[in-house]
Amino acid sequence: MRKPLLEFNDNGIYCPPGKFYIDPWKPVDDAVITHAHSDHARWGSKQYLAHHLSREVLYYRLGEISLRTIGYGETVVKNGVKISLHPAGHIIGSAQVRIEYKGEVWVVSGDYKLENDGVCEPFEPVKCHSFISECTFGMPVYHWKPQQEIHNNINQWWRQNAAEGKATVIVGYSLGKAQRILQHLDLSIGGVFTHGTIDNTHEALRRNGVQLNAATRITPDTPKEAFRNAIIIAPPSSAGTPWMRRFMPYDFGYCSGWMALRGAKRRRAADRGFVLSDHADWEGLITAIAATECETVYLTHGYTATFARYLSENGYDAHEAHTLYGDDEGGEAQAEALAAESENAALAEGDSL
Amino acid sequence: MKAFAQLFADLDETNKTNEKVRILKDYFVAVSDQDKIHTLALFTGRKPKRQINSTLVRTWAMEMAGIPGWLFEESYHVVGDLGETIALLLPGNTSSQDKSLAEWIEEINHLGNLDEEERRTWLRASWASMDQQERFVFNKVLTGSFRVGVSQNLIIKALADLSGLDTATLTHRIMGNWDPLTFSYPQLMQEQDASDDFSRPYPFYLAYAIQETSDQVKSAAQIGETLGDPADWQAEWKWDGIRAQAIRRGESFIWTRGEELATEKFPELHDFLADLPDGTVLDGEAICYSEGHPLPFNVLQTRIGRKNLSKKILAESPMVFIAYDCLEYQGEDTRGLPLTSRRKILEDLQLATRHPEAFMISPVVNFSGWEELYALRMQSREYHAEGFMLKKRSSVYQVGRKRGDWWKWKVDPLSVDAVMVYAQKGHGRRADLYTDYTFAVWDGDKLVPFAKAYSGLTDKEIGQVDHFIKRNTIEKFGPVRTVKPELVFEIGFEGINQSTRHKSGVALRFPRILRWRQDKKMEEADTIESLKAML
Repeated sequence: MRKPLLEFNDNGIYCPPGKFYIDPWKPVDDAVITHAHSDHARWGSKQYLAHHLSREVLYYRLGEISLRTIGYGETVVKNGVKISLHPAGHIIGSAQVRIEYKGEVWVVSGDYKLENDGVCEPFEPVKCHSFISECTFGMPVYHWKPQQEIHNNINQWWRQNAAEGKATVIVGYSLGKAQRILQHLDLSIGGVFTHGTIDNTHEALRRNGVQLNAATRITPDTPKEAFRNAIIIAPPSSAGTPWMRRFMPYDFGYCSGWMALRGAKRRRAADRGFVLSDHADWEGLITAIAATECETVYLTHGYTATFARYLSENGYDAHEAHTLYGDDEGGEAQAEALAAESENAALAEGDSL
Repeated sequence: MKAFAQLFADLDETNKTNEKVRILKDYFVAVSDQDKIHTLALFTGRKPKRQINSTLVRTWAMEMAGIPGWLFEESYHVVGDLGETIALLLPGNTSSQDKSLAEWIEEINHLGNLDEEERRTWLRASWASMDQQERFVFNKVLTGSFRVGVSQNLIIKALADLSGLDTATLTHRIMGNWDPLTFSYPQLMQEQDASDDFSRPYPFYLAYAIQETSDQVKSAAQIGETLGDPADWQAEWKWDGIRAQAIRRGESFIWTRGEELATEKFPELHDFLADLPDGTVLDGEAICYSEGHPLPFNVLQTRIGRKNLSKKILAESPMVFIAYDCLEYQGEDTRGLPLTSRRKILEDLQLATRHPEAFMISPVVNFSGWEELYALRMQSREYHAEGFMLKKRSSVYQVGRKRGDWWKWKVDPLSVDAVMVYAQKGHGRRADLYTDYTFAVWDGDKLVPFAKAYSGLTDKEIGQVDHFIKRNTIEKFGPVRTVKPELVFEIGFEGINQSTRHKSGVALRFPRILRWRQDKKMEEADTIESLKAML
C-alpha cells in the first residue's frame, strides 16, 4: 500500500513528500493555513502560506510572521507537491487546500459552509481522491435556514428594541460572524457599534482592501445615550462581563449554529438565539463530500464518530482523525475558549482605553 | 396550537420574569377559555394520558426522517430531549392547519379508539402539517413529557393579574384532582367553597435552607443573629420520608408534595384517617417506622414504586404518619392561625386517636439557646433525622416556598473523596455536555463505583470536566463513556445504607458533588472501607 499523501501527527496534518504542514497546532518549519481562526492559525511556525485575504488578520493575530499569500486557484510547488487554495466559504480569506502529488489529489477543507454569505468568496467543490473534512455540525438535527431569514429576524429584533428605547447587543465571533452580521444590518434602524476586538479585526480586513459597512468603535468615552437605538456587535467572550453594563437597558442575542438546540441556547442565557453558522449543516456536509467525488474521507472536528459511521454505511471509506481543531466532539467549545483567550487581552484593553 | 407554540417560543426568548408574566398574560387574553384551562393543566403537570408509547413515536419519526435507529439515538443524546429531537429531524412541513390546543388534545385523547396503523397515519399527517416549533410542543404533549422552563408561580402570577384574584387563592384552587375536560376556566375564576372538590389539598408551605451551602457552615451565633430570640421559635426534627397531606372529608385522601394522590400507597394510614373528625387536614411525613424509630429512606423507596403492596413488603416497611401541622379543623381553614394554636389542635387530635401507632406527632425539641440546638443538631443521625425544622411560633401556614418564618437546618452531609470513572450527557440546559458522572472509591488497588451524581459544579467547571472527558475516553457503551480515572471530587450524601443491589454493597441517599478536588490525586481518594465505616 502506498503511503498516504497526508498524515496526522503530533504537530498537525503533515505532507511527507512536500515536507509541510497544514494548520499545524505546534510550531513547524513550513505551514499552510486554511484560515485565520486561532485553532487553525497558530503562532510559532517559521513560514506560512495562506490566501491574500488572510494576510492582515494573520499579522494582527500572530504578529511578525514570515508569510506568503496567494490567490484562489494559484499553484505553489513545494518539493514536487502542488499546492493550491480554493474558496471554502467559511470566512473572508478561508481556503480549502488542494494537494497533488504523482496524480493523487487530497483536499483539506479547513472549515467551510455551502451557503453564499455575501461576504466571503463562496465555497467551491474540488474533486479529489481523499477529503479531509470538518464536521462541526455533523448531526442530522442541524439544518440551517436560509441566511436571509435569519438576517431579517435580526433586523426585526433590532427594530423592536430600538422602538422600545433599548440597546441591542449581538454576539458572534469577531472574525467571520461579526462581518456577516455587520454587512446584513438594516442601517436605517440606528447606529452600529463594535467592540474593540472586532474593530481591530475590521481594521485589519480594511487594510486588506475588504469593504465593510461603517461602525463605531466603543471606547470608555462613547456616551451611553448613543447606544439607545443602536446595535452593538460584540465577541462571545464579552457576554456576561461588566463591559456590557454600559448598554443598560439592552436585549442580548447570540449568533451561532449551536443556537439550533434549546439546551445550548439556555446555557448561554441569551434573550435571543440566532441560528447562524459559518459551518456546513448536515445536508451541507453530505453535499460537499459527494461533490468532491472522493473515495476516502477523514473527519476532523465535530461529531466525527457519528458522521464517520454514517458515511461508512453510505459507501465511503470514512475515518475519524484526531486533531486539535475545535474539539474532538461537540465542536466550537474549544474554539470558543481559544477565541475567548485571544480576545480577553483585547477586551481588557478595550475596557481601559 | 399555533398560539401555544408561539407562547413557548416567546417564553424561550427571554430570561426576565416580568417579561415572562407579560407574555403569559398576552397569551391568556388571546386564546379561548378552553385553551386557557388546557394550558393551565399542562403547565401544572396535568398532562393527557399517553396514547402512543414512545417507542412507536420514535420508530415512526425515524421512518419519516429517513435515518437509521442508531443515528436517531445519537441525535437524541446530543439534543437531550425527545420531542425536540423529533422536531429537528423530521423533514419540513408539507401543509398547515389551524387547530387549537384543545382540538389537538381532543384528537390525542381519541387515539385510544384507533388501531396502530391508524395512529401511525394520524401521527405522520399531524407532523406533516406543523412547523418545527409546533411539532416540538405537540411532541411534548403527545409523549407526556411536559416539563417546561416556566414555574407554576409565573402562570399563577399572570392569571392573578388578569383575574384580580390573589395568588394564594388561585394556587389553592388549582391544587388537587381536576381535569381540563370537566373543569372550566370560568369555574376556576368563580367563588368556590370546599364542597367543590372534597379531595383538594392545600398548597404546601415549604422552607428554605438556612444553611444554604455546605461551604459556609453557619455558626450558632450566626443562626442566632438571623433568627433572634430562641423563645420565638419551635424546633422539630426534620424527617426523611415523604411529605404528605392527609385529608378527611367524608372520605380519606393522601396527597404527596408532588401533588400525587397516593391514598392507596399507604394502607397503614387508612384507619386513623377514617377515624379523624370530618373536615380535618393534616400536614406531615409519611415514613417507615419500626421499633420506636423511623427507618432509612431506602426502606420507603423499596415500596413506593410498587403497584401491589405484598404482605411481605408491608411487614418489612411498616408506615406511619408523623404529623406536624393542622391545616383544616372542623371544616374550617386553619392556616391563618398562629403555629401555636394549630399545634394545640394537632395535639388534641392526636390525643383523641385510637390509632397512635399510625398517627404520631413530630415532637417539639426543647432548647433554651442556639448553642444548645447547634450541638443537638450534630446528633441528628442518632435520632434518625436529617436535622431540624425551625418554625416561628407566631407563623401562619403560607403558600409555597417562603423565607422568614420557616427554615430547614439540615445536618452537614457525610462526604468522601471519589474518582470519576463514567460519564454520560445531561439533558435540558445541560444537553450535549457530559454532566452525569459515576464515582468510585478504592477497594484495594481497584476502583469500585458507588454513586452517580450530577449537581454541584459551576458551568465553568462543567465545561472543563466535559473537555477532559471528551479527551480521556477509554470506551463508549452507548451513551456512557468510561473515563480515564484521574479527576477527584468530594461527594456529599445524606445517609448511607447497606445494599445488595449495588456492587459496592452500599447505597447513598442524595449523593451530590460538593466540590472538585483539583488539589487531590486519584491515589488520595477514599476507600470502600472508609465508606462502610459510616454505615
